[in-house]
Amino acid sequence: MTAKLPPPQRKNPLLPTRQPLLPPSSRSRTALGLTAAAAEGRFALQVCADCGAVQYPPREACHACLGANLPWREVPAGGALIAETTVRITADPYFRQRTPWRTGIVALDCGPSVVAHLHGDVVPDGRVRMTLRLDKSGQGVMLALPGQDTPDMQDDRQMREMTCDPKGRRVLVTDGRNAFGQAMARAFIDVGAAGVFVGVADAWKPFPGQDKLAGEVVPLDITDTDSVHRLAASLGGRVEILVNTALHVRPGGILDRRDTVTAREEMEATYFGPMRLAQAFGPVLRSRGADGTHPACAWVNILSAYALAPTPTFGAFAATQAAALSLAHSLRAELRPLRVVNALVGPLDDEWHQAVPPPKVAPAALAASVLRALRDGIEDLAVGDIAQDLLARWKDNPTTLARELAAG
Amino acid sequence: MTQLAAFAAELLAGRIKVIDLTQTLSPEFPTIALPPEFGQCAPFRLEEISRYDSRGPAWYWNNFSCGEHTGTHFDAPIHWVSGKDLANNTTDTIPAQNFIAPACVIDCAREAAANADFVLTVAVIEAWEAKHGRIPAGNWVFLRTDWSKKSGAAYANLQADGAHTPGPDPEAVRFLVEQRDVLGFGVETIGTDAGQAHHFTPPYPAHFYMHGKGRYGLQCLANLDRLPPTGALIVSPPLKIKGGSGSPLRVLALVAS
Ligand SMILES: [Zn+2]
Repeated sequence: MTAKLPPPQRKNPLLPTRQPLLPPSSRSRTALGLTAAAAEGRFALQVCADCGAVQYPPREACHACLGANLPWREVPAGGALIAETTVRITADPYFRQRTPWRTGIVALDCGPSVVAHLHGDVVPDGRVRMTLRLDKSGQGVMLALPGQDTPDMQDDRQMREMTCDPKGRRVLVTDGRNAFGQAMARAFIDVGAAGVFVGVADAWKPFPGQDKLAGEVVPLDITDTDSVHRLAASLGGRVEILVNTALHVRPGGILDRRDTVTAREEMEATYFGPMRLAQAFGPVLRSRGADGTHPACAWVNILSAYALAPTPTFGAFAATQAAALSLAHSLRAELRPLRVVNALVGPLDDEWHQAVPPPKVAPAALAASVLRALRDGIEDLAVGDIAQDLLARWKDNPTTLARELAAG
Repeated sequence: MTQLAAFAAELLAGRIKVIDLTQTLSPEFPTIALPPEFGQCAPFRLEEISRYDSRGPAWYWNNFSCGEHTGTHFDAPIHWVSGKDLANNTTDTIPAQNFIAPACVIDCAREAAANADFVLTVAVIEAWEAKHGRIPAGNWVFLRTDWSKKSGAAYANLQADGAHTPGPDPEAVRFLVEQRDVLGFGVETIGTDAGQAHHFTPPYPAHFYMHGKGRYGLQCLANLDRLPPTGALIVSPPLKIKGGSGSPLRVLALVAS
């Protein structure tokens, strides 16, 4: 059984910090299908459209009929462990830091046998539930879980390399002035985060929820470079998860604005703000990506699903979201081994979507989704019916979605 | 000795003191709070271009951004709709002669400390004149409240029903403009009008009447407690922004010691 992970110990200042090395990361374009599925927490493999054979490893032609049409489909995740081995010596620098490391071969119920990392509670010859996870390189890998949940299984050493459990970690929620940041801070406290810092800009301006704010309030205005750098100087080395909850939603298309003043404010909050956060907090978080039992692990962006394609009634806002999404994709490359989690949301249940009919995303629902994503190691999620629908239509055909939304 | 040479000699000898009436331009300094659906005045922001580093090895400099009405700032007549059609109503066309003028300082610090909604009335002005003499034409009138000694939330003093800060009532502004022909009106608070002046008739009377008659405003002043009731000379040229409605500026007072 997994041993319960004790809370983080204070670091011995005389010992060097473990470097944030990455596991091997090169993949073929085809194999990146595993990564895309892992990022969404789906167990998907290529399935031959002609004969139905499930494929592994990813390939260009069906192993059974040589058919070339091999779409990625969710497949049954059950299987049996048929062989296991414990790696004790390896030339790979990342795994050398982490030996012994258990791997095994799992015969999947859906056909193929796969090489997988093994959760500590997987027993020889036992049933397993196969999952696709992102490793510290951000690549999709197989992780076999025990057939049934076990107590404290979240604390397994190998599994923790692929998840971002907030328990015992310190979290910076960048904006506590809105209900979404407030719910996020509350949720992290409830799941046992070791500390929750909540940024508040313009402290001279009262705001709703101020009296009930959970967590330790810190001054932070992500539109002010100096403010971001001052906080990073005092807090940067004491944060393992950063959640950017700064929202700046204003309705309006391009023509009815008449100026770029509001758009500039939107860009400051939505695009330059995360850039400032990344420049100030990114390097130190990344450098602590393998530090101790609770290393820095995640960078969370809350983005509108209209970043994928704009709805004209929020056209200017959507453009800033597209910029922020692009920034987030680049951050993934630069912040590894950190996980960059992009939570795409539909219309929020706030004062700026008064004219938008339900369903709308409530603060507690967003917080719960983000927490689930962190614990499961998910990097791409869509929160709420509208965001999920937009994402599905975007995957189907991005051009069609843009046309559909433009048609109103 | 010419008058200017005599003035310069007094200045060099330290017998004329220069008092800085300006708040430091910083990102944290409150700006006017309007309902969020209105266009907003940008707060002060500073972005470093280089600091003796790879971006510029031997020099340090910044880009800054802000609104025309950020920090200690000057209001030109065109700022208000009542002054929109006047001649020479913008920062670049106001006669430079008007940027140096004497000031009368009405001390209401005690009243403002007791009541954040303190309103300057004609009676208060007349009581001041009984002690210090009639306000001369072409003078600034500064309302001293010691509000500049507050900071952050206490300075903005925003409640659920809006800001609560002192300012003049409509009759007092009309009196200063029509009966005393003042150059303008200066305050220590974020606006020349009281925090609740949107409930006055007309709303924002200091803006409405002062700018309607081509007079100026100075806001977010500091150190008014170091000025005499009369006799201070104010130097307050705004930036020469083309068509500007106002500008942040350095405000200096010359005071004989
Ligand atoms: Zn086939």
